[in-house]
Amino acid sequence: MTNTAIIPAHKRDLKNHVGFGTAVKNTFTFTYRALLKVAHNPESLLDVTLMPILFTLMFTYLFGGAISGDITSYLPIIIPGILIQTCVTSCGNAGSQLREDIDKSVFNRFKSMPIARISPLAGVLTADLLRYAIAGAVVFTVGAAIGYRPGFLNVIACIGFMMFVGWCLSWLFAFVALTAKSVSSASIYGMLIMFPLTFLSNAHVPTETMPKAVRYFAEYINPVSKAITAAHEILGNGAISTDFWLALIGSLAIFIVFVPLTLWAYKRNA
Amino acid sequence: MDKIKSEYAVEVAELVKVFDKKKAVDGISFTIRTGTICGLLGPNGAGKTTTINMLATLLKPDAGTAKIFGYDVTKETQKVRQLIGLTGQYATIDESLTAMENLKIFARLLGFSRTDAKRKAEELLEEFSLTEAANRKVSMFSGGMRRRLDLAASLLASPPLIFLDEPTTGLDPRTRAQMWQTIRTLVKNGSTILLTTQYLDEADQLADDIVVINKGKVVAHDTPAGLKRSVSASSLQLTVKNPDCAPKAAQITERVLGGKAQVSEAAEVTIPLADTAKLADVLVKLKEMEIDIAAINVREPSLDEVFFALTGDKKEAV
Ligand SMILES: Nc1ncnc2c1ncn2[C@@H]1O[C@H](COP(=O)(O)OP(=O)(O)OP(=O)(O)O)[C@@H](O)[C@H]1O
Ligand SMILES: [Mg+2]
Repeated sequence: MTNTAIIPAHKRDLKNHVGFGTAVKNTFTFTYRALLKVAHNPESLLDVTLMPILFTLMFTYLFGGAISGDITSYLPIIIPGILIQTCVTSCGNAGSQLREDIDKSVFNRFKSMPIARISPLAGVLTADLLRYAIAGAVVFTVGAAIGYRPGFLNVIACIGFMMFVGWCLSWLFAFVALTAKSVSSASIYGMLIMFPLTFLSNAHVPTETMPKAVRYFAEYINPVSKAITAAHEILGNGAISTDFWLALIGSLAIFIVFVPLTLWAYKRNA
Repeated sequence: MDKIKSEYAVEVAELVKVFDKKKAVDGISFTIRTGTICGLLGPNGAGKTTTINMLATLLKPDAGTAKIFGYDVTKETQKVRQLIGLTGQYATIDESLTAMENLKIFARLLGFSRTDAKRKAEELLEEFSLTEAANRKVSMFSGGMRRRLDLAASLLASPPLIFLDEPTTGLDPRTRAQMWQTIRTLVKNGSTILLTTQYLDEADQLADDIVVINKGKVVAHDTPAGLKRSVSASSLQLTVKNPDCAPKAAQITERVLGGKAQVSEAAEVTIPLADTAKLADVLVKLKEMEIDIAAINVREPSLDEVFFALTGDKKEAV
């Protein structure tokens, strides 16, 4: 041990609150930490790489002919669908990541440190933005490979839109994960929310043939449908439609409602 | 600056923590003077970890107050966090990251710049002989390496108060001795330390004060020597050169000291020694009777005896 004298307590300048700048810095450190974990365990990216590839190919070649007559005309329906679906499914990731962290003893160290309490939460959620970006890139690459080529700027705009929606939604899943009893029950709850949202929508098939009640939900209530229609239109003609604004407002509403709820659940847990 | 120097690093008064109606900590009070080592001793489930967790702001006390250098742990939590380092009972490091990454992240969170974080991490890894393992994942570390890394992480901010919850449990004797050395150096540099341990000799070796707790209550608070004295007196052990003289030596010591002497097969005489001043008289008398002494030893009661006497019923496992 070196003999560096320790500054006594009464000679230190202490503050009893964490400033905004520190909170942002802490958040980025936690983002960095989450990304490091991904780098050590690239398999955790399978749900935003292999999964969308698989889904795109499966849906296109299985249902393409049946639903749209031929594959080329099915692609504009399925690609935005898969994009939003992947985004919604990977939303749950941040929540379970966080939950796992909190249950581990390393979290005790974070809790005993003078850091912003929201930063572990915000850091994990921010790191997920990268996952959405990867998912977007993968989906459009596969799409391009099998013949779907909307303009480059449209694609970028669409990915940006999806990242925003995904980020807002991930607060909802984080809340679920933090209130669940364990990591495994958290992922089950996550699925229970995800499946109706993605399948009772226009993600994979047009809604016209659905039973009345389901169709009503899929067309008018499900925010995922709005997001898909919006993505559809951005990709089709670069248009910003009503659905775009509805999806944006819906996502923002979820964000505004669930940030305080998630924070509350998080503080109770951590 | 308007801060006054606090004589006590830790002041705990009537601290209570209840888990599901069970009082894990039941009205504990004690103080630790700045610059000393305090050993928190107690059987499994006594409430040691719970106490430390409240002092380290991980748990909210249900009643009572705790102050760290004069700052209240519930009201001035962030200030307290700037003054403490915690090495928990279970290593609080990230298994899936490397040692270097762990330290760098903690350092960044403590406000170090990128280069300072790297420098400080390298420095600490060096000090704890972990340089070679710096870029290995912690999941591949041995128990001793984890402990060292954990302590290194607690020292990043050079905190004036360090909590060590069973710092040497599971360490081999050599690593344990190194840990003791580290702890002593920390105190020499001005830190205050609160440590819990299962090893009584460890508390004996390191601690200036010992707080013994049992079932959430303080049962003793004294120096190691004082604790031993409180339970039973010391004893005098004599070995005579000529084994035939042993019974005679026993008689003499009995006459001078009072009490009953015991003679072992190895011609060793043992007798309670209430007053150390009478030791000289014993030696003078023995010399007069021309009994030569091979070895002389004043033995204090062991802390184990004290511990069992204080915490009582060993049957009740928790
Ligand atoms: N999170 C918790 N929920 C419920 N009970 C708890 C919790 N943590 C501790 N306890 C209980 O509180 C009591 C004190 O536990 P604590 O961990 O403080 O003991 P300890 O002195 O550190 O023991 P050990 O030597 O085994 O580490 C125990 O009876 C334990 O079962
Ligand atoms: Mg313990």
